[in-house]
Amino acid sequence: MKNIIEIEKLHFSYPAEEGKEAAEVLKGISLSIREGEFVAVLGHNGSGKSTLAKHINAILLPTEGRVTVDGIDTADEDRLFDLRQRAGMVFQNPDNQIVSSVVEEDVAFALENLGVPYEEMRRRVDDALKAVGMYEYRLHSPSQLSGGQKQRIAIAGIIAMQPKCIILDEPTAMLDPQGRREVLATVQRMNREQGITVVLITHYMDEAAQCDRVVVIDKGSVLMDGTPREVFSQVERIKAIGLDVPQATELAHELRKAGIELPEDILTAEECADAIEALFTKKGSN
Amino acid sequence: MAILETQELTYTYSRGTPFEKTAVDHVSLSINEGEIIGVMGHTGSGKSTLIQHFNGLLQPTSGKVLLDGRDIWENKRKIRDVRFQVGLVFQYPEYQIFEETVFRDIAFGPKNMGLDEAEIKRRVLETANDIGLPEELMEHSPFELSGGQKRRVAIAGVMAMEPKVLILDEPTAGLDPAGRDLILEHIRAYHRRTKNTILIVSHSMEDIAAFADRILVMNRGSVFCFDRTDKVFSRAEEIAGIGLDVPQVTKVFMELKRRGMDFGGEAYTVDCAKELILRRIRERNGSAPC
Repeated sequence: MKNIIEIEKLHFSYPAEEGKEAAEVLKGISLSIREGEFVAVLGHNGSGKSTLAKHINAILLPTEGRVTVDGIDTADEDRLFDLRQRAGMVFQNPDNQIVSSVVEEDVAFALENLGVPYEEMRRRVDDALKAVGMYEYRLHSPSQLSGGQKQRIAIAGIIAMQPKCIILDEPTAMLDPQGRREVLATVQRMNREQGITVVLITHYMDEAAQCDRVVVIDKGSVLMDGTPREVFSQVERIKAIGLDVPQATELAHELRKAGIELPEDILTAEECADAIEALFTKKGSN
Repeated sequence: MAILETQELTYTYSRGTPFEKTAVDHVSLSINEGEIIGVMGHTGSGKSTLIQHFNGLLQPTSGKVLLDGRDIWENKRKIRDVRFQVGLVFQYPEYQIFEETVFRDIAFGPKNMGLDEAEIKRRVLETANDIGLPEELMEHSPFELSGGQKRRVAIAGVMAMEPKVLILDEPTAGLDPAGRDLILEHIRAYHRRTKNTILIVSHSMEDIAAFADRILVMNRGSVFCFDRTDKVFSRAEEIAGIGLDVPQVTKVFMELKRRGMDFGGEAYTVDCAKELILRRIRERNGSAPC
């Protein structure tokens, strides 16, 4: 599968305040993301993960290095519209990204800007709303919706542009568990059914555990990059940089430290239960 | 001794309109002095409406709220005093910071209480210490601080009033795991020093499990259960059934129970799960014939 997002030796510093030296936020990040991949980006507050995400659709431009999406260089101003149509971004606060007072108008907003003909726009808006499970709410006011529903509207607005990838910057941080589940399930479906590449920035390890690949950013560099199993099995390293691992992984790790033989790459509650059950049935039959 | 009580508390929004909705329905409960209470419930369960009654932001449609045994609405003009005694920290409280220095922001509440300079200073510095804000930050602008520090300034502003009851609505929302642990640790430091009652609203059962003496679970405007943490977790299956998230280790033990393995206890933190399993292994090894 070809790479859709290519990040090459990316350096970035925010403009320095007067009399201060510019602090480098990203220190030479190289990362390739394949078409159709579902990638989680983890890192504590201030690690540079959001700054990294903002480079993918040219909200920020590299101080040094290069970012391309589907072959388009993000620094190419002439192709900015093309780029943003291919890579859409969803932010943390649902209230900051909704502009219209009717749900379907909000979803149509970007299409109007792109000059999509009416018939086509109608079809795309309806399809997008159906895809996020919000079609029945198309004539509602966004103000009456829950946080999770608002995020799904924001996602619909992106999907209507028929992008190749979606970047979500902590889309569930302000939501309750129900809202989190809705949003995650919606994004997973987009990925599975439409093959849209997903970059999910999150603080929730259980969300990251469900992705194809986990990239851990620390102090502006890539610290780890692998499958959730590969990354989370390094419990001590993850904890050392202020992140967590799923509790099932941690429990297995703690028991292993106490001398109990358990596999290292446990991620889900189910797997953990299997391993513990095996521990007792195996030895019990001796 | 009960510090806060509700008797048949009921609150109906938009009464007499087509939008009428009873958000809290005949809730009677009692919270003891010095307790740490976790409050859970999904969106729309009535938990926010309930806590807004505790310091008189909402007035009951019917029923009573008692603070120290007295009806807080007994004398409407005294409701301001109730707000000094029951401090409420909203979600994302850092958006409410407005003063020029950290010190002045924390001092705002105590100042409004009419305390003298020396007392204000003592309270600001003591709470700043509890919440982990070093003294040299006191003269900085709160807007220069990191998100986590700003949140702690905002929480300290309410703590500095030394309310008998401190209510925090989702104090860890949006923080990374290290920031979340830090805030909880500092809230615990405040509790150790003041022994004041704390209510903490959270969606994260994992946070609450390691923190609270008792847990109040709200569902559809009523009390679903209000009991010791271990007792509440013994009903994990039902709690998951009303749309709340149970910790992953609890799910592991629920699954094991389903398969007929009972570890004789409730696992709601990684530590207690580990202990339960190790205990079972020791028992088995001890009783096994050599």
